[in-house]
Amino acid sequence: MSDTNFLRAPLRVTTAGSVDDGKSTLIGRLLYDLDAVPIDQRQALERDMERKGRTIPDFALLTDGLLAEREQGITVDVAYRYFASTKRKFIIADVPGHEQYTRNMATGASRADAAVTLIDARRGVTVQTRRHLCISALLRVRTQIIAVNKMDLIGHDLRRFAAIRDEVADFSQRLGRPIPTAVPISALAGENVVHKSDQMQWYDGPPLLDLLDSAPGESFRLELPLRMPVQGVNRPQTTEHHDFRGYMGRIESGAMEVGQKISIYPAGLTTTITGIYVGSTQLQRADAPTSVTITVADELDVTRGDLIGDPANPPQVARKLAADLIWLDRAPLDLRRPYLIKHGARTHQAKVETLDHLLDITTLAEIEAEGQLATNEIGRVALRLGTDVSFDTYEANRATGALVMIDPATNATVAGGIIRGASA
Amino acid sequence: MNMNNVAPIPAQDLAFRSIESEAIHILRETAAEFRNAALLFSGGKDSAVIVHLASKAFWPSPIPFPLLHIDTEHNFPEVIAFRDDTAKRYGARLSVRSLEGSIERGTVVLGREDESRNPHQAVTLLEAIEEMKFDACIGGARRDEEKARAKERVFSVRNEFGQWEPRSQRPELWDLYNGRLSKGENMRVFPISNWTEADVWRYIAAENIHLPSLYFAHEREVVERSGVLVPITPLTPLKPREKPEMRSVRFRTVGDITCTCPVASTARTMDEILEEVIAARVSERGATRLDDQASDSAMEERKRAGYF
Ligand SMILES: Nc1nc2c(ncn2[C@@H]2O[C@H](COP(=O)(O)OP(=O)(O)O)[C@@H](O)[C@H]2O)c(=O)[nH]1
Repeated sequence: MSDTNFLRAPLRVTTAGSVDDGKSTLIGRLLYDLDAVPIDQRQALERDMERKGRTIPDFALLTDGLLAEREQGITVDVAYRYFASTKRKFIIADVPGHEQYTRNMATGASRADAAVTLIDARRGVTVQTRRHLCISALLRVRTQIIAVNKMDLIGHDLRRFAAIRDEVADFSQRLGRPIPTAVPISALAGENVVHKSDQMQWYDGPPLLDLLDSAPGESFRLELPLRMPVQGVNRPQTTEHHDFRGYMGRIESGAMEVGQKISIYPAGLTTTITGIYVGSTQLQRADAPTSVTITVADELDVTRGDLIGDPANPPQVARKLAADLIWLDRAPLDLRRPYLIKHGARTHQAKVETLDHLLDITTLAEIEAEGQLATNEIGRVALRLGTDVSFDTYEANRATGALVMIDPATNATVAGGIIRGASA
Repeated sequence: MNMNNVAPIPAQDLAFRSIESEAIHILRETAAEFRNAALLFSGGKDSAVIVHLASKAFWPSPIPFPLLHIDTEHNFPEVIAFRDDTAKRYGARLSVRSLEGSIERGTVVLGREDESRNPHQAVTLLEAIEEMKFDACIGGARRDEEKARAKERVFSVRNEFGQWEPRSQRPELWDLYNGRLSKGENMRVFPISNWTEADVWRYIAAENIHLPSLYFAHEREVVERSGVLVPITPLTPLKPREKPEMRSVRFRTVGDITCTCPVASTARTMDEILEEVIAARVSERGATRLDDQASDSAMEERKRAGYF
């Protein structure tokens, strides 16, 4: 028994690979070896083995969910899985490998602390591998792990593994990102997944699970300046709490204390915190990622969507932004039309003023836009908003540097956006 | 769930704070983005947790959502008593709409009088949504419950027939939820999507959340049918030649009497339940819901038809 595993926030992991690289097998294997498969599902696996005369369970049965995809035999949408090791809890965004679903990769990576990219040892680095590394780089996933799978099919060959590892390292450096950790595995046989393999004595690193167990989680948020988007103003106006006026929000980064000076952006008004509440419990201090309600010393005009920040480390305020948009919708970007932008707790009117260039999704190199930004493409744009926005660059702070774009005609979420900075 | 090496922990720990805060964040987004959201309250443990989270999210204001109970009238009496108590304890408005109403209107037609009413709740729910003009319904579904749920969004659009369309779900990036609806559409919101069953129990223990007595071990008259313990009630009588037994049991979910079965258990206290849940080797639904066992895809079909 140990309780340390739940002391840490869950690690959010995204996984991707091409179809048939063995992603379903890997996740099934993880669940199986961690003893996380409930008895009824374990029995279903065994029945299936008997029926098909197999000796190793079809792990994919544990993870392939929807009817539609079962009919087609492919996973088509991000699925979330939950399990725990002895060290911590994991939330896995299981991203389907099918080419046209790059948008799912972005969905998975947007929240992830760690990314596991699967590579079939026989096929080596593919376009899909590069795409995943690029999206992880763009969305600033902190920990990048490469799992070279099906080592059993290449005779556990060190040279082949090393060649793949080096190619990925080289590519990551060109993206300006740290070199990912690579681990040789066989998902099917369970080698180097949870347990170390004795087939690969030449590999002296830890198995995949240990890499995940030791990955840094969300703790870095604590080192960033205070940011809390105001989700709403709490005014009960009851006799008991007649004058209570609280601001509700989740501390996205940094910490706050009673007595601390804060500013409210974009207006930049400064005040002092007089109370911090979680439910009815009053706290002296709170930090990310706690949802709180705070009271302040002065009567200010604060509304939903304002950003509470540290006046010593303020966010930027602008009306025009440079951003990279990951286009998700079937209909391409239309420069003539108005869009909505949700950023923090505020929805802005917006127009895309210019489409400057596209980013090659397999190299992150700039390519000419030719006026089009279509599904699964990434484009650098200049956005003009209807109101001032207070933000940080995505690089500096994910929570205040990310946005989604909504088409007001269809209400579809058409793009995810990464703020690069204020635009001229 | 592998929870072998997990012990109950106090609420201030980070893993807890992270999922509690996420749920509160979602509830506050819901209050802000919708004109008239309802909190679907079944009397079960997951919805009890949501009510508790909502009261924390908006304190010192009251919960801004009415509790909506779709009553199959096949409920255990303990659940109904608990429902009414809960609304009082949290000072929440309670709206109840009954499946009988739909039967009288002729919009629900039962094949057999004693069949499970769970699948029919969808009709009554849609009627309630239309009648009371709800634009969003908050539910206690979790992604770990069942394979079909693993792909569910936190803000999940239902079309005008209440259907979930897994193929055309909106992408959901970061924590930026798109709450906009087109005419006829309705939102389902799932604040505890990322919780596991063990999280729910640990949270209930840490926050002292009240639950219906059914969740705790008690003596009950049951009969064993193909490995499942079926409670003997007027709605689920003994079949010829069956012998009832008194067993110490508890329920892991609550729902229609005709399809909700207890498990053998001696866990009478919260600590004992935690221990049992942590060692649980059978998935929650597999153990207790006869209607889901019929087919692996039953949940997904039901969801397509508008329930949740
Ligand atoms: N020999 C071998 N086969 C594997 C391994 N991992 C996966 N496979 C097989 O590769 C095929 C595709 O695997 P699957 O998990 O469905 O791939 P996905 O499309 O990435 O989810 C299946 O036939 C698996 O049994 C492995 O480590 N070794």
